[in-house]
Amino acid sequence: MALDILMPALSPTMTEGKLAKWLVKSGDKVVSGTILAEIETDKATMEFEAVDEGTIGEILVAEGTEAVQVNAPIATLLADGEKAGAKPAAAAALKAAAPAPAQAKAVPQPTAAAPVGEAHYSTWKTQTVREALRDAMAEEMRRDPNVFLMGEEVGQYQGAYKISQGLLDEFGAKRVVDTPITEHGFAGLGVGAAFGGLRPIVEFMTFNFAMQAVDHIINSAAKTLYMSGGQMGCPIVFRGPNGAAARVGAQHSQCYASWYAHIPGLKVLAPWSAADAKGLMKAAIRDNNPIIFLENEILYGQSFPVPDEADFVLPIGQAKIEKPGKDVTIVAFSIMVGKALKAAEKLAQEGIDAEVINLRTIRPLDTATIMASIQKTNRCVTCEEGWATSGVGAEIAATIMEQGFDYLDAPVARVSGKDVPMPYAANLEAMALPQVQDIIDAAKAVCYR
Amino acid sequence: MKQGATKKGASKKEPAAGSNTAPTTEELIKFYKDMLLIRRFEERAGQLYGMGLIGGFCHLYIGQEAVVVGLQSCCKPGDSVLTSYRDHGHMLACGMDPNGVMAELTGRATGYSKGKGGSMHMFSREKGFYGGHGIVGAQVPIGTGLAFAHKYKGDGGLCMAYMGDGAFNQGQVYESLNMASLWDLPVLYVVENNKYGMGTSVERSSASTDLASRGVAYEVKTMSVDGMDVVAVRDAGLEAVEYIRAGKGPVLMEAKTYRYRGHSMSDPAKYRTKDELNKMRAEHDPIDNLRQTLINMKALDDEGFKAIDKDIKEVVVASAEFAQTSPEPDPSELWTDILVA
Repeated sequence: MALDILMPALSPTMTEGKLAKWLVKSGDKVVSGTILAEIETDKATMEFEAVDEGTIGEILVAEGTEAVQVNAPIATLLADGEKAGAKPAAAAALKAAAPAPAQAKAVPQPTAAAPVGEAHYSTWKTQTVREALRDAMAEEMRRDPNVFLMGEEVGQYQGAYKISQGLLDEFGAKRVVDTPITEHGFAGLGVGAAFGGLRPIVEFMTFNFAMQAVDHIINSAAKTLYMSGGQMGCPIVFRGPNGAAARVGAQHSQCYASWYAHIPGLKVLAPWSAADAKGLMKAAIRDNNPIIFLENEILYGQSFPVPDEADFVLPIGQAKIEKPGKDVTIVAFSIMVGKALKAAEKLAQEGIDAEVINLRTIRPLDTATIMASIQKTNRCVTCEEGWATSGVGAEIAATIMEQGFDYLDAPVARVSGKDVPMPYAANLEAMALPQVQDIIDAAKAVCYR
Repeated sequence: MKQGATKKGASKKEPAAGSNTAPTTEELIKFYKDMLLIRRFEERAGQLYGMGLIGGFCHLYIGQEAVVVGLQSCCKPGDSVLTSYRDHGHMLACGMDPNGVMAELTGRATGYSKGKGGSMHMFSREKGFYGGHGIVGAQVPIGTGLAFAHKYKGDGGLCMAYMGDGAFNQGQVYESLNMASLWDLPVLYVVENNKYGMGTSVERSSASTDLASRGVAYEVKTMSVDGMDVVAVRDAGLEAVEYIRAGKGPVLMEAKTYRYRGHSMSDPAKYRTKDELNKMRAEHDPIDNLRQTLINMKALDDEGFKAIDKDIKEVVVASAEFAQTSPEPDPSELWTDILVA
């Protein structure tokens, strides 16, 4: 009984391709492994092998034919003794074995459709990021007497950026501790307090100053659990503004997301909206691991809807699709989420339907949500304020290459801060920072538009 | 604040007062046993290192035993202790199991850190030992934080934070002294001045060699003690602990001591003379001197000392056997203990 040889799918996303060349002709005997044809996809030319043995009956699709649909019959294969012209048995259609996709790892199944944390809340209010952070800390301090806040100007001054406004009045100086300007010392003190059973929130006036404390964050907080064989957990939140503010120059304008994301033993969170800030801060304080909580000064005063529920907490390690789309995936975090959404609006006007992912957590990275989106859009633009070299975008691009090389219809594009220390002059600073137009340009480029 | 005035009014360098009662004979015998255990354990660790059974860095405590044994006798259950990477003696003094310590040195699954920490990184919450820290001076703010937790919880505990004379030039030590004094934290900072930070003598590294005096600027009570004399250390420790437990704030104690071995097993110790070492061993060895005291007191006879030697040797030999026969960590341990679930 004759079998149909079908057009193979040579990558998980391939729907059609060009039958570039036949390497067999009618009457040729083939065995398993005989190369039958060359098939061109949009990415590569692949050899197409026979699975079963028999004799090539009829060539149904001539070589050079474009846009041959996957699973369309391209030839018939005759069993021994059959003559050409025998009717293929449709039910027994033979799909020739496609070469295994060149993937080292299974592609994670999409989880993007899962609830992202706040969708099921019914009562909402409008809050600034600043208020959300304060409320989150206050709620957790009410919930657990071992939670305390320490840092420069967190108490009597009410916070250098007013994040801790009112906390001293409610919780007293025992739990809202004004420190000397001594980041190395109080970061280490916080780690010791965490080893001693407390749950410190350590505020850095900015993460630039945490450079003084980075040894304790990495060597003391992140590694001790492992070095102690699991005995010494360190439940601590290091928080403060990260990245550029406005016109504060190179030493006060740097994104540390990729620095900390490099470290096993840390979790790195970067909220954008007030809901992110509230839900992630509460999760961070409850988590039993050291958390790097990267805020953004420019976002502090921005207002967003926040679930008005007593126990609103967001899951760590889960990204949120802020805007669904089908043409290109834009992955962003912190302030870049807002810029990505603006870019998506403009792209929509030009007929490009962008999907915007708000990472929320940088480590552990929600690769499942990213990969599910890439499977849909086949194109990706990453956005970060930090430098591109060894950055978060580089990590995302590598992950996509490892887990979904065949899904990509264009190289991943990285939008990032320019590779210079942050300049002071207004025009130069604007040039150094990634802007909405940069995202639009990158999205068009990966869409070949 | 006028010149010379101090927050606490009574901050000046004081010798150990020795106002406490003298140690009992039983206590002295315990000091002897505890110091001897550390000495024999460390000698055995040095031997295993030479055999290639212990890898990496291995910093021996031989010569300094009186410091930790004297001070540990002043601790109560619930107190916390931490030190640098020269930590084997502190762990044994805290009552940690020699088998678990030695097995960690050989990188075995039965070690205190399941073989994942090594010589410099061991912990026992149960025994109040919080490491074992490999970055010089980093344990000092961490210990200050443990003291902060004691005060916050009101549990009556204190922290003993040990460091060497080398660590005492780290900036974070002074950040810690400042905060501990500012907030009256229950912490005893112990500077084990063994005269050399690795190969650099105190004279070559410190503008003032009077290390204890540096506490004065932070209005921290300071003390200086002969760290080769376990009874002197114990007396100073009792006074310090009484002050700290009374809520008066931290104490900075300099214990003048000496390490007989190199900084680590790979240090040939060419920066000092053999005569200096021999003189220290001959005249100031803390174990020999206490043995002589016990002989003079007729507290122990030859048979008694032999029995102690035998017991300790058995413990140490057993720990070495345990450390060599325990399995290496299961490969699955590579991926555990990175985050708390």
